Amino acid sequence: MTTASEVLSVVASRELAGKRTVFAGIGLPTLAASLAHLTVAPDLEIVYESGVCGAHPSHLPETIADAVLITGAEAVLSMPALFGYVLQGGHIDVGFLGAAQIDRWGNLNSSVIGDWHSPKVRLPGSGGAMEVMANSREVFVVMRRHDPRSFVDELDFCTSPGPDRALGDGVRPAGLGVTRVITELGILARSGPGEELKLVALHPGVTVDQARECTGWPLEVGGDLTVIEPPSEAELRLLREDVDPERVYLR
Amino acid sequence: MPRPGPDKTMSLRDAVAAYVHDGDTVALEGFTHLIPTAAGHEIIRQGRRDLTVVRMTADIVVDQMLAGGCVRKLVSSFVGNSSAGSLGELRRRIEHADPEPLEFEEYSHYGLICRYLAGAQRLPFYPLRSYAGSDLPGVNPAIRKVASPYGDEQIYVVPPVNPDVTIIHAQRADRAGNTQIWGLTGVQAEAVFAADKAIVVVEEIVADEVVRSDPNRTVVPAHAVDAVVEVPRGAHPSFAQGYYDRDNAFYRAWSGISRDKEKLAAWMAEWVHGTADHGEYVAKLGEEFWAGLAVGEAMSEPVNYGRRL
Repeated sequence: MTTASEVLSVVASRELAGKRTVFAGIGLPTLAASLAHLTVAPDLEIVYESGVCGAHPSHLPETIADAVLITGAEAVLSMPALFGYVLQGGHIDVGFLGAAQIDRWGNLNSSVIGDWHSPKVRLPGSGGAMEVMANSREVFVVMRRHDPRSFVDELDFCTSPGPDRALGDGVRPAGLGVTRVITELGILARSGPGEELKLVALHPGVTVDQARECTGWPLEVGGDLTVIEPPSEAELRLLREDVDPERVYLR
Repeated sequence: MPRPGPDKTMSLRDAVAAYVHDGDTVALEGFTHLIPTAAGHEIIRQGRRDLTVVRMTADIVVDQMLAGGCVRKLVSSFVGNSSAGSLGELRRRIEHADPEPLEFEEYSHYGLICRYLAGAQRLPFYPLRSYAGSDLPGVNPAIRKVASPYGDEQIYVVPPVNPDVTIIHAQRADRAGNTQIWGLTGVQAEAVFAADKAIVVVEEIVADEVVRSDPNRTVVPAHAVDAVVEVPRGAHPSFAQGYYDRDNAFYRAWSGISRDKEKLAAWMAEWVHGTADHGEYVAKLGEEFWAGLAVGEAMSEPVNYGRRL
């Protein structure tokens, strides 16, 4: 039985083919990056928000600042260096982000549900997500929930704006914004400013209508809609035996 | 013979009594690593009120200071229980003004880092390539957009933050306050230099010669430090690289404790108000508990600083 986490990790890992630097959080992004390192992107370096570059952990980390990421790492940078030089300096190919809400342009909300001044739910906020969005060459989003509450026509609050909103604000964006959204139903993609997210791939057995019903805006289908190849035996074996043998994140 | 620096060592009780006053702006920094928990608890014990707390990752210690009634305003770029869940007291304050409203000033991480950078360098503002198109400037008027004086570019800027006092936790310092940190160094140096006064809480106070044997490891020099306090295990439930590991189980438990007002009050009564100081808190947890967070050795290779013959 292949779990949803396994499928999402494998699909995200394939998207990292040929990439050099990835800014990743703990959980699915780490699994995807670690698997990609063993398969399609052998030169991949994972950079963590805590300042760690080139980690060689003895155990699977539980947080982006886990002590096992520090011991044996190639470099540990201060916050001004990590955010100022590495991120804003333009050294990140792919940033991984999650969010409570995403819209068709790949803008993200991680601050509040409801009105900012009197929110229904106060969420953690940006952290470094705004900087990852503004400065990475491109951004991948992995969403565990693909439903109209998360894929919304209009964000309650825009925490991390994509390049279209930056341009609207009179600022030239550095990166492409969100280029891939990976969900349990399939993959949404856009290639840069001026484009909205379109459905480009579905998992086997999922229909276009299902994806449309679960998306809060009129979801368009990209030119050549494909069916996602299920995880191979080799990918699953690496993921289960090498990347997360204790199944910390492979729920 | 090298002269010893001035001795700034004192107890945590005396340091908080001397440098943290009602209504002050207090920065507590430490990014997941070396969070100054013992200092936060002492502020609660001494009953400080109306504080403005500045902290990039407002997590458990901030939730506890909120529950302790110490905080009027929070300046932060991430308000959550790490990746382990929610901060119950913070959410009650923001979502329901229960038991009273919390003034909240929201930034992104680099936005707040830039406020410390401007503060440390006594600059009027600091520019950064974030915020364009975000809704944050609309709810935080301190974030502003200016025209570059060198071209036609627009850029967002943030104002300096100059806390009345910054408190950090570190692995070791000498008695004068030369403070050494290894592992994640976060934004501690910038937060100290931005402040009027600084308290450094350390796992151990070491001989001057220990610090001088490795000066590159000193993140904060003595002249920026007003008080040096030795509090072993003072960063729990966060960790001190090389001393003890993070208490992940407590992080996971906190969301459940803080969600329930009565459970939270009972926890505070037992672990903060019910202990005279951090030494009692550490002893109450017990040696068996601490053995569970023990770490093994991974020494760095010494470097040769050289000496003139």
